[in-house]
Amino acid sequence: MATDTLDHSVDHDGHHNETTDWNGGNEPWRASYGKLMMWYFLVSDAFTFAGFLIAYGTLRVMSPSWPVPDSVFSTAPFNNLGLGHDVPLPLIFVTFMSFLLILSSVTMVRAVQEGHRENKDGVAFWMFLTIIGGAGFLGCQAWEWSNLIWTENMTMTDNPFGTHTEKGVYLNADGTESTDVFKPGQGYLLHMAAGGAHHGDGHEGPHYETTPGDYAGYSVDNGGFVLKKYKVTEGENAGKVMSESRGPRAFGGLFFFITGFHGFHVFSGVVFLIIIMLNVMSGVYEKRKNGYEMVEKIGLYWHFVDLVWVFVFLVFYLL
Amino acid sequence: MSSHSYEESIKLVYKGMWLLAAVTLIEVFFSLLGKGHIIAGWEDNYIVGYSTAFIIAVLSIYKAYFIIYEFMHMRYEAKGMAMSVLLPTGLLIWAVIAFFQEGNSWKERNDKVDNMDNGKFEQMAPKKESFNAKDTKVIDKF
Repeated sequence: MATDTLDHSVDHDGHHNETTDWNGGNEPWRASYGKLMMWYFLVSDAFTFAGFLIAYGTLRVMSPSWPVPDSVFSTAPFNNLGLGHDVPLPLIFVTFMSFLLILSSVTMVRAVQEGHRENKDGVAFWMFLTIIGGAGFLGCQAWEWSNLIWTENMTMTDNPFGTHTEKGVYLNADGTESTDVFKPGQGYLLHMAAGGAHHGDGHEGPHYETTPGDYAGYSVDNGGFVLKKYKVTEGENAGKVMSESRGPRAFGGLFFFITGFHGFHVFSGVVFLIIIMLNVMSGVYEKRKNGYEMVEKIGLYWHFVDLVWVFVFLVFYLL
Repeated sequence: MSSHSYEESIKLVYKGMWLLAAVTLIEVFFSLLGKGHIIAGWEDNYIVGYSTAFIIAVLSIYKAYFIIYEFMHMRYEAKGMAMSVLLPTGLLIWAVIAFFQEGNSWKERNDKVDNMDNGKFEQMAPKKESFNAKDTKVIDKF
C-alpha cells in the first residue's frame, strides 16, 4: 500500500497504526460521525439562510424606500387587551419571542448536561421545557403572521407598508388640507376601504367609498386599498398633490418565506425533540451508555435554530 | 467536554442566559434609539443611524459567537473540526460585502433610469456633450 511507509513512521506513537486508522471505530477530531455530520448539515443550512438574508439585504439596499421595521412590527396581542390598537409597541412582541428562544436554548444546554451525567429524568425534564419554549415561539409566530395577513392585509405579493420619501401634509377625505404632517422615512400602512372597522386605525376615521376610483382626498385601487392623497411641502415636488402607493412588492414574500423557513426549522426541531424525549423516557439512550449523544445532536440543531434567529432578528427587525 | 465541575457548568449556563437576554435588550434599545423612539428627532441623523446599526450588528455577532462557542461547545472541540465548520462559513462575509455593493449599484442604475425618464439625464452625465434626446430613443429600443 502506498501509505505503508507513512503509517510505519507514526507507529511508535503507540496509538496510530494502519489497522486502527482504517478499520473504523476511530473518531477523527474526537467527534463521532453523527455529531460531525450534524455540524456539516448546519454549515449547509447556514449557507441557505445566509442566501435568503443576503437577498433581503440586497433588495433592501437597491430599493428607493423600504418598510420601516419598527412601524411594521409594532403590534402585540396585548394591544387588543386594553391598550388599544393605536398604541404602538415597536419591536416589543418580537423581543419577547427572542427571549423565548434564548430560554429554550438554555434549557436545552441543561438537558445535554444532565445527559452527560446519565441522569435520565433530568434529560427528559429539561427537554420538556425546551419543547414548551419552542411551541411558545411557534404560537407567537402564528399570531404575528395572522395579524399581518388578516388585519394588515400583507400577502406574498401585496405589501401595504409604504415609506414616505418626501415631506408633506395629508389631505382630508374631502380634499382639504389636514394637520397630519409627515417627513421622509416615516412609514405608513394602507387600509382596506371596506374593512375600515376591522382595523383599529380606521374605525374612528372617515368613511371611505368602497368602489375603486379617484376621490377628492384619496383614491381606492382595484385591490380595495385606500391610497390617501397628500401635498408635498418641501423639495422639487413642493406644492404637488401626490398619492400614497404600496411598498416594495418583494417585502411580503421575503418576510413570509424567510421567517416561514425559520419557523419550519423550529417546528421540525420541536417534532424531533418530542421523539427524542419519548426515547429518553423509554430508556433507549440509557442502554447506549454514550452520555445521551442523541440529545447532544438535537441540541446542536436547536442552538442553530436560535443562532439563525439572532440574524433574522437583526436583519428583519432591528436594522 | 469542558473541565468545569457540574455545579460550575450549571452556573455558566445561567450566566449565559442573562448575558444573551441583556445583549438582546441592549440591541433593541439601540434599534429604537436609531429610529427616534427614545429621543425624538434622532432618526433624521445619519450618523446616529449608521452607528446604531453598526453597534447592533457587532452585538449580534457577539451573540452568535457566544451561542456557537458556549452553548454548542465549539470551544471544547478539536481545532481542526472547529475550523472545518467556521472557515467555510466565514466566506459569507465576502458574500455580504459583494451583494451589498451590487445592490447599491442596482440602485444607482435605477436612479439613473428614473432621471432619464424625467428628462434629467444631461444633469446626470455632464461629460457627454454630444448626448441628446435622439440617443435616448436608441436606448429605448432595448
